[in-house]
Amino acid sequence: MSKKPEDLKLIDENGRRIDGRKPDELRPVKIKAGPLYRADGSCYIEWGNNKILAAVYGPKETLPRHEQHPLKAIVNARYNMASFSVEERKRPGPDRRSIEISKVVGEALEHIILVEKLPRATIDINIEVLDADAGTRCAGLTAAAVALADAGIPMRDIPVACSAGKVDGQVVLDLCKEEDNYGEADMPVAIAPRKKEILLLQMDGHLTPQEFDEALELAIKGCEIVSKLQKEALLEKYIKEVGRENE
Amino acid sequence: MQRKGKVTRELVLPSQLLGDTKKYKAGVGTFVEDGKIYAERLGILNIKDNVITVTPLRGKYEPKAGDVVVGIVIEVGAAVWMVDINAIYPAFLHINEVPWFVEVGNTSKFLNYGDVILAKVKSAGEPDKVQITLKDRGLHKINGGTLIETEPTKVPRIIGKNASMITALKRYTNCRIFVGRNGRIWADGTPEGIQKIERAIRLIEREAHTYGLTERVLALLKGE
Repeated sequence: MSKKPEDLKLIDENGRRIDGRKPDELRPVKIKAGPLYRADGSCYIEWGNNKILAAVYGPKETLPRHEQHPLKAIVNARYNMASFSVEERKRPGPDRRSIEISKVVGEALEHIILVEKLPRATIDINIEVLDADAGTRCAGLTAAAVALADAGIPMRDIPVACSAGKVDGQVVLDLCKEEDNYGEADMPVAIAPRKKEILLLQMDGHLTPQEFDEALELAIKGCEIVSKLQKEALLEKYIKEVGRENE
Repeated sequence: MQRKGKVTRELVLPSQLLGDTKKYKAGVGTFVEDGKIYAERLGILNIKDNVITVTPLRGKYEPKAGDVVVGIVIEVGAAVWMVDINAIYPAFLHINEVPWFVEVGNTSKFLNYGDVILAKVKSAGEPDKVQITLKDRGLHKINGGTLIETEPTKVPRIIGKNASMITALKRYTNCRIFVGRNGRIWADGTPEGIQKIERAIRLIEREAHTYGLTERVLALLKGE
């Protein structure tokens, strides 16, 4: 969290945030399933100013063969930020931050994929951030989940993620870039919505135990809204195919 | 794909609740948790004789015993060939399963890397131990022609009801065609004919869900 400019007010007198949202309001989310022809499953998400493409390849045989796991599938997630996705040009390639995000997102997704049904296989998940504006790991995980369902991979749930945090002393949902940079705390949360299992929980900044509980509850509420959008996106793509079956 | 009988058709998403284990049995494409049946993948719900199954709409080819598939040899071993059949794992073709007398170590004389075969799935118990065979009528190594790849889930549409679509393709193009269950189609004939077939297949792929598809494919075949 960097130093806040003196005159910057993140929440105004009416309780509105810098982009005009209420504290418990999400940024507009748009999800499209299956934009990529070559991938086995794909998804494009626009979450506020975030623009992210997720692609899933596989399941396919693990190569080299000595890396195969005889009892379960290996999930490889790769989170990558395009060099043009941030204001200042980012040096391309994996860095400390994107390696960490690849790991936590991959582990969250592995938890809901029925990996034991696909022994000796690999599932590759690529998350490409084209435009970043805070909360990319949440949006990336949400998109990757839709791409996995689009690829027809057996899974226990469609995971979904959303962040909450603290800005100008108030707990708010889904931080935008200014709030992330000059706020007090940012907490991304990923859940499996059916059983409300927590798949990912990270935090940057400081929260009191009461604020933490409040933020977690708020993030889970946000997740449930996005979860509905995920399902709508999948239904929109496949409802035509059911028409075919009814013929 | 099941096409017979009275079954309900409904699109389901992974983790969608489908029923109770007290009333139904969990079949393919579902999983059970705390006595409830959920869909494990995106597909179409089938309930038949109290068994709930989900027919997938997307995903790799799932080998079933008896399916005729078009495979590509990707590895030549001493006593076995590994064949890519568009499934998750390559299939095994043992030297006992070919119509020729092959001595151990002499395998590459008969089938080599990149060779295409029309084979039949012999057994598909575990997904990573699929056996295929060439020992049956009409199965052979393929020479010449063109391979066209589509999605395995679109194959029933390409064949059509009572093979109507595939018969039409054959009649109007004068080509020889094999449709593998794994979504690979082999065609041989005049270059124009093959081009026509490819265009027709892309049309079927794109408009698989629409009504009057056969008529439009016929129009495409006749119009040129």
